[in-house]
Amino acid sequence: MQWVELIEFVLLFAFVTVIGFVAARWQSGKTLEHLDEWGLGGRKFGSWVTWFLVGGDLYTAYTFVAVPALLFGAGATGFFALPYTIIAYPLVFLPVLRMWSVSRARGYVTPADFVRGRYGSSLLALLVAITGIVATMPYIALQLVGLEAVLRSMGFNGGGFFGHLPLLIAFIILALYTYQSGLRAPALIAFVKDILIYLVILVAIIYLPIKLGGWSEIFGAAEDKFDATPAPADGILLNSNNQLQYATLAFGSALALFLYPHSVTGVLASRGRDVLKRNMSALPAYSLLLGLLALLGFVAIAAGTKPITNNATGRPDGNTIIPELFNGQFPSWFAGIAFAAIGIGALVPAAIMSIAAANLWTRNVYKEYVRRDASHAQEAKQAKIASLVVKFGAVVFIVFIDPQYAIDLQLIGGVIILQTLPAVAIALYTRWLHRWALVAGWAVGLLWGMVMLYGIPNPATGRAHFGGSALALGKLNIFGWEPFAGSTVQIYVGFVALAGNLLVAIIVSLVIRRMNVSNGVDETTGEDYHVDEHTENLRPIAGEEPTRPAPVTSS
Amino acid sequence: MTSGNSRGKVSGLVFNPWNLLLIVPFIVLLTPIYNMRSPEFIGMPFFYWFQFLIIPVGVLCTIIVFRMTRKVRVDDAPGEVADVDSLDEGSER
Repeated sequence: MQWVELIEFVLLFAFVTVIGFVAARWQSGKTLEHLDEWGLGGRKFGSWVTWFLVGGDLYTAYTFVAVPALLFGAGATGFFALPYTIIAYPLVFLPVLRMWSVSRARGYVTPADFVRGRYGSSLLALLVAITGIVATMPYIALQLVGLEAVLRSMGFNGGGFFGHLPLLIAFIILALYTYQSGLRAPALIAFVKDILIYLVILVAIIYLPIKLGGWSEIFGAAEDKFDATPAPADGILLNSNNQLQYATLAFGSALALFLYPHSVTGVLASRGRDVLKRNMSALPAYSLLLGLLALLGFVAIAAGTKPITNNATGRPDGNTIIPELFNGQFPSWFAGIAFAAIGIGALVPAAIMSIAAANLWTRNVYKEYVRRDASHAQEAKQAKIASLVVKFGAVVFIVFIDPQYAIDLQLIGGVIILQTLPAVAIALYTRWLHRWALVAGWAVGLLWGMVMLYGIPNPATGRAHFGGSALALGKLNIFGWEPFAGSTVQIYVGFVALAGNLLVAIIVSLVIRRMNVSNGVDETTGEDYHVDEHTENLRPIAGEEPTRPAPVTSS
Repeated sequence: MTSGNSRGKVSGLVFNPWNLLLIVPFIVLLTPIYNMRSPEFIGMPFFYWFQFLIIPVGVLCTIIVFRMTRKVRVDDAPGEVADVDSLDEGSER
């Protein structure tokens, strides 16, 4: 047991717990018993809060441990996270504004709410909602993987149920203050998380290269390691087979980023369009952080860091690379701060994700199918309970099932959330794609994506299925037709599945439009997509007086 | 493609040529132009520092688009009532 680290971790954890409970009263409206308040923090976050909230939401603890672990294990291919986060913001800059405006004008809380309003189809909304929940659940479980990597490095490396006990305690505390404070809790805690993370990464990225003899030494050590392995795909540069995979994975991940319900939650919680525009320019500051952090994977190679063996599974856990690097290279007081930063980094996204999943459940399943006349207070109550269920589902996942399945499911989650792109993102611009065509495209994209993922082996770990998201083009098989037979060039599965989805949606739309099938009623108007915080006669937030809400921060 | 009604409200698709700047950062998807070792910068292969370099490029593009497409706020006569629920609440301000 490492006492210095542990005491610091517990103190910082206690500090954010207090913040989490106090957050309920921070800039609160008249009541928390409304989804606008509990689930979207009153829709009034300013530029700074939004920056910390969305940043805390997208750059998760799992990212912090898994991306460097990828570079440590495979080299350049793991660096895709940087181009991914570079293009994500210019890509969503315009659609996100339309999403915010229409949601503000019509009172939408989830992306599925929008789909329901746009197409008058509760079925399409249900499909989008379920896809969102299924994609988010393993993501929450992965935050636990990140948290557990830190706990195991601090000495809590037991087997069986007791090995998971610290994790369970941390999550019960998290569940309680999320239940009480809603989105305000992670919004405030994100400040602490990000300040700690920035501090740790900047120190690590300046101090460690100096200590280890500079970047050329570090890249040299990485190159020696990859040259010595039999695997042809690793190395500090890309090769001719994985360049397409690198670009399509970055592009596909960027497309998927703002389709995830928790990203939409962060966006809808902001006060206005200018807040979002400013954030699209300011959020890349986290990309810089992520890129630097990724390079720590190579630093760990140069420092000779070894992953510790997880006593619960009996395998070396690659995700412990970064905690172990800090353990070996830093004095224990600093390692403790680093561990707390990663640990708190798991809590913020886990809270936001569970709130987003709870909102989806409440708005698009409960209110739609279980209790149509639910009042706002009943909606809020239902969402609070759903957030508890979602979090404990994630804990059960980690405790009783091999965490490897959470990683597999997250891989699948990224592919299936992409399949909601036509119904959510394209629908922001046009209703040309027919609602039944969207259902057909979604089903095809989903099934095909799953089939392709199932067929990908991973020779490095000896797994026959779900071995990764890189599909060799030669394996592409469309009803027996192999357009690229024999090719070893790899491509991202999600990208291929989305192409199939779009193709089906377009063809079915063309056919169905000749048959006079109803395309539903669009309740949104052209003006809805342009409203801003100062627009006259906006729908009141959480049933309050229609005065303009006071901004949370000046910006 | 800009359309507005008599009250100055915007509707439909609004396109501004400045928005095209948002395409520039996508250069980072063209791996063949930077997948190489040299020139190195403080010991870092071109592959890595080139991608870091595109971060400020992306930031610059989004800032320019933000500045150039900013609308001047119009504070004149109240516009259309957005929805029936707010009819009985009186108008804002």
